[in-house]
Amino acid sequence: MPESSGTGRQATLKVYRGTKDKGEFQSYKVPVEAGMVVLDAIHYIQQNFDPELAVRWNCKAAKCGSCSAEVNGMPSLMCKSRMDQFKDDEDICVQPLKTFPIIKDLVTDVSWNYEVNKKITPFSPAPDADWTIYQEDIERVQEFRKCIECFLCQNVCHVLRDHERKDNFMGPRFMVRVAGLEMHPLDEANRLKYLKDEGHIGYCNITKCCTEVCPEDIHITDNAIIPLKERVVDEFYDPLGKFIRNLLGGGKKTKASVQPVSITPSK
Amino acid sequence: MTEYETREHDVLVIGAGGAGLRAAIEASGQGVSVGLVCKSLLGKAHTVMAEGGVAAALANVDPKDGWETHFKDTMNGGKMLNHWRMAQLHAQEAPDRVKELERWGAVFDRTKDGKILQRAFGGHTWKRLCHVGDRTGLEMIRTLQDRGVHQGIEVYMECTITELVKDGDKIAGAFGYYREDGRYILFKAKAIVLATGGTGKAYTITSNSWEYTGDGHGLAYDAGAELIDMEFIQFHPTGMVWPPGVRGILVTEGVRGEGGILRNSLGERFMFKYLPEATRNDYAADEAEAVTWVNAALAGNRTEARRPPELSTRDNVARAIYTEVKEGRGSPHGGVFLDISYQDSDRVKKKLPSMYHQFKDLADVDITAGPMEVGPTMHYTMGGIRVEAETQMSRVPGLFAAGECSGGMHGANRLGGNSLSDLVVFGKRAGAAAADYAKAMPTSLKIDDKFVNAAIAEMEEFFLRKEGKNPYDVHKELNKIMGTYVGIFREESELAIGVAKLEELKAEIKKAGAKGSKAFNPGWHMCRDLRNMMICSEAIARSALSRKESRGAHSRLDFPNTEKEWGTKNSACSKDENGNMKLEHTPLPEMPQDLKEIFVKKEPVNA
Ligand SMILES: Cc1cc2nc3c(=O)[nH]c(=O)nc-3n(C[C@H](O)[C@H](O)[C@H](O)COP(=O)(O)OP(=O)(O)OC[C@H]3O[C@@H](n4cnc5c(N)ncnc54)[C@H](O)[C@@H]3O)c2cc1C
Ligand code: SF4
Ligand code: SF4
Ligand code: FES
Repeated sequence: MPESSGTGRQATLKVYRGTKDKGEFQSYKVPVEAGMVVLDAIHYIQQNFDPELAVRWNCKAAKCGSCSAEVNGMPSLMCKSRMDQFKDDEDICVQPLKTFPIIKDLVTDVSWNYEVNKKITPFSPAPDADWTIYQEDIERVQEFRKCIECFLCQNVCHVLRDHERKDNFMGPRFMVRVAGLEMHPLDEANRLKYLKDEGHIGYCNITKCCTEVCPEDIHITDNAIIPLKERVVDEFYDPLGKFIRNLLGGGKKTKASVQPVSITPSK
Repeated sequence: MTEYETREHDVLVIGAGGAGLRAAIEASGQGVSVGLVCKSLLGKAHTVMAEGGVAAALANVDPKDGWETHFKDTMNGGKMLNHWRMAQLHAQEAPDRVKELERWGAVFDRTKDGKILQRAFGGHTWKRLCHVGDRTGLEMIRTLQDRGVHQGIEVYMECTITELVKDGDKIAGAFGYYREDGRYILFKAKAIVLATGGTGKAYTITSNSWEYTGDGHGLAYDAGAELIDMEFIQFHPTGMVWPPGVRGILVTEGVRGEGGILRNSLGERFMFKYLPEATRNDYAADEAEAVTWVNAALAGNRTEARRPPELSTRDNVARAIYTEVKEGRGSPHGGVFLDISYQDSDRVKKKLPSMYHQFKDLADVDITAGPMEVGPTMHYTMGGIRVEAETQMSRVPGLFAAGECSGGMHGANRLGGNSLSDLVVFGKRAGAAAADYAKAMPTSLKIDDKFVNAAIAEMEEFFLRKEGKNPYDVHKELNKIMGTYVGIFREESELAIGVAKLEELKAEIKKAGAKGSKAFNPGWHMCRDLRNMMICSEAIARSALSRKESRGAHSRLDFPNTEKEWGTKNSACSKDENGNMKLEHTPLPEMPQDLKEIFVKKEPVNA
């Protein structure tokens, strides 16, 4: 027999309701069940009090990256934010991502990200490539490809969040994407000029805030951004060094061989 | 009159999962103008959640594999009710489609000799599932998405189609709204590909998301297409059962593929008891043989040992778990135990990272240290829009369907991994055929204003029902009916009650109302979704009531045997002149002799 799932507890959620121009936090009392997550509480509100409450979600299992929000100031996936991490009398404040324009309630306009993505030169293997690839050669690329496009990293990066440089800076998510392409053993394109002149990788000053919020534990700064920055430096500011390194170890791949830090699940 | 935007494309693809994206890429590659519509953001469709892998007989790990065996496994898994030609095309073309994904940038796990690695899965004779840890769907959708955005496909995100529009008997377009602000939009199109996925939201306990309200099924039905095999609903044997908020969330079959063991509360490895006679010989005879198989698999070696009984087909494992629980040998929260913790913990984390996190974060269970609790969850809709095998066109000219919303490919039960391959094989075919069809159509078609006005009126009416019922309450009632009367095990009397209750609920659906504005209003959206869910639920219940035998995922307590005569019939639901559902039994296309010879064994007895 399933044991009773109620905890007898009630939580108070303060949820942002409104649009870009006008809105307020509305309070709701929600009964807490064992193992409940914030997204469950939002669904409870939707089903019982307010079918109009706007929220995005799909998988409810931290796989699709739809349900990003700021929960008590912490950018997180609502489907992964447990209710039992909050104290009994603590209000739980749920608001939309700050970096993107609010459409309604918890839903923001993230279309900018899709525009950035379009500008990145796609995967470009040689037509006669040999598709024998060893696991050790793709370990790092696979780390980058874990990205679920939750845009939490974009949301916390100060260049986008505080300085509003969406006109100029691609943000951590797309540096991860470029890293995944540049470090693919069979890719032949060169995206370094793009990184420097359009993506403005130089704006990143390695604060690592992006890495801290990534729900997929991608080492965004250490494994993606820093090696890319080194490549850009090599290409544009240290041509002699690049020449010598190329002589010693051959083209593109040598420059990628910064050792990745170990990938131990931390959360 | 309410205003609306109009867009025109040669081919409109509705749905941006694996099937829709692959269709759009193919069609646009043929030089026609392509629009792609989806309810969520791009890249968030169901396909992103797929975990275990994509099935293709590449024979990288087990060199004896080949399309014939894949074909045979698929037909056996589907209890011979599959459309043979679809199963054949699928088995033959899947390897090329997977290699193509790799050429487009997908990075699959590798074998020691640098090829795409393949793992074992239920019902597959050989190790056949190409995978990336347990996030294969993410790899696939991202690859297709990144390929698609550079092809000039016009993408309409967060846009829901509510109506297909015809000119005479031909498809001429589709009507819908943007979720963001409720703006209406009319698409004029010569050909439409439906790739909208399944109907999981008809049930409470499901691995499916809010998107799975059976829209494509409903739209096609209303436009005159047939829905076949709707009684076959796949209950995946292993969903999470605890805590309540995660009930139904999938635990990938990859856990069993990697050697996961099922036990009941007495510690018995019960699956040995539930192997059907017809396939018993394909599985290990005892624990020792199962252990030999797992050890060889872990070491990457070949073995003569047969696979563990946990790798029986899904319908069978789901029934076994249900029975164990019902007979009082369940786990504390009404499931059974699935254990992989006997293996090296680093390896488990490496091969099943998202399962590790899912249990750790959501259930406080460390799967490397102890067993998981699992039970059946509604997972996949085998039934769907009847299409022609080569082109995926329905009986409505210009209307194509691919992926989970189409029917025929999987028969009475889908094998794990056969969906992702289905998406790319038939997505490509549908895209190509839709482009051809559009190119052959010289003039643009006419859309009568009255259709558009009616479509607008339907959406506006929800706001006029001032004292309208909460659509979520109506949804719960629908779920309750389906869960109670049309669940895993079925019976004449219960199904009849289910059908009657659904009939009554139709009136309630007409009372569901919306409040507030049209801006991103999920309640309003749900009002319309209910209609599609009702069409699907009715088709499921009526088809289930009519099929007086047990076969694959359809288990009748009152007709426990698989009957030969039912093996030649599909249930087909369509709309009659009065707008009521008509159910027919149509003959299954007969397999040619050369394919019949692939089956050494005769028809499977009851599984
Ligand atoms: C958790 C989970 C794990 C799985 N694991 C595997 C696996 O390992 N291997 C395997 O082979 N299969 C697996 N499956 C099954 C497989 O993932 C799905 O069957 C498959 O992804 C469906 O793909 P699709 O392209 O048909 O539809 P989806 O990917 O679901 O896409 C449907 C699209 O249609 C759109 N849509 C729906 N209705 C409308 C409308 N009215 N207007 C506009 N757009 C609409 C949606 O927005 C979405 O873009 C799994 C399923 C789940 C749920
Ligand atoms: S490390 Fe760079 S990209 Fe990441 S948050 Fe800091 S500035 Fe932004
Ligand atoms: S890199 Fe991490 S935080 Fe950024 S979008 Fe991807 S998954 Fe989210
Ligand atoms: S709902 Fe998919 S990540 Fe939260």
